[in-house]
Amino acid sequence: MEIRVNPNRMELSRLKKRLVTAKRGHKLLKDKQDELIKKFMDMVKQNKALREEVERELIAAFQSFTMARSQMPANVVEESLMIPTAKVSIDIKKSNIMSVNVPRIEISMEEGKNLYPYGLAGTSAEMDSAIRTLSAILPKMLKLAEFEKACQLMADEIEKTRRRVNALEYVLIPQLENTIKYIAMKLDENERSSRTRLMKIKEMVMQG
Amino acid sequence: MYRIGVIADHDTALSFKSTGIDTFPAVDGSEAAEKLLKLARENYAVIFITEHLAEKIRDKIDFFRNKTLPIITLIPSNRGTLGIGITDVKKSVEKAIGVDIIFEREGRE
Repeated sequence: MEIRVNPNRMELSRLKKRLVTAKRGHKLLKDKQDELIKKFMDMVKQNKALREEVERELIAAFQSFTMARSQMPANVVEESLMIPTAKVSIDIKKSNIMSVNVPRIEISMEEGKNLYPYGLAGTSAEMDSAIRTLSAILPKMLKLAEFEKACQLMADEIEKTRRRVNALEYVLIPQLENTIKYIAMKLDENERSSRTRLMKIKEMVMQG
Repeated sequence: MYRIGVIADHDTALSFKSTGIDTFPAVDGSEAAEKLLKLARENYAVIFITEHLAEKIRDKIDFFRNKTLPIITLIPSNRGTLGIGITDVKKSVEKAIGVDIIFEREGRE
């Protein structure tokens, strides 16, 4: 495939410049893609490990919570957890990994206060330990959320970059190269035809 | 300051209540979707949702996939995990690299 152009020297030099730019862009994007993939692999490995850990711990925590609930009347459980004392708020900072904006979570927990929102008389000890484990998992869950989002965003960016690299490598650059070749041949052809014409005219003049 | 929300079935939500994050119990998919959209509009940066509810509202969750905020993370519920969360990680790898090179080993076992 070639681009439809007028075969003249202006076009030729213009296309040559475009080819140089396209090649440089291709190299830069390719480097970006390689680096992104490298970073992505690191992140995704951590992501996987973290997710497995969080899932395992959460299931264990839910089990102990269910055990705790089974030892107390349902309305007592609801009542004791009605107004939580712990407060967690987060702040989001953005950080930039290879032009991908990923969120960073900063946790601020209210320290010092009693973790348990109920009196110790009416509730079981299992409830205390279940709540303690759940609170301990929360920072890990937020970490997981952060990693997972970063991985998703990076995967998107890698896909986008790969499309661009491929478009340059397999479409634009070959197209430009073919067109340049076509113009060069056309120009040569013109030159040859004008030379033969001149020779022919000279011959006619000599004879006449 | 941003807040953290959990969308889960009643029992799972109850367990999270004590940790100080906001809980939103939902019974079925439509209720979960409604709450998810509401939280996304408000000041919630991180939304945890159980896999049991998430599998019913896949399209809503995928909508937020390429947005920076909110971060939607799947968690197992008290009925255990469905493995959707880990499959999503796998999908990201396939999307980025084309082949799955991290989980491959486990698949063969």
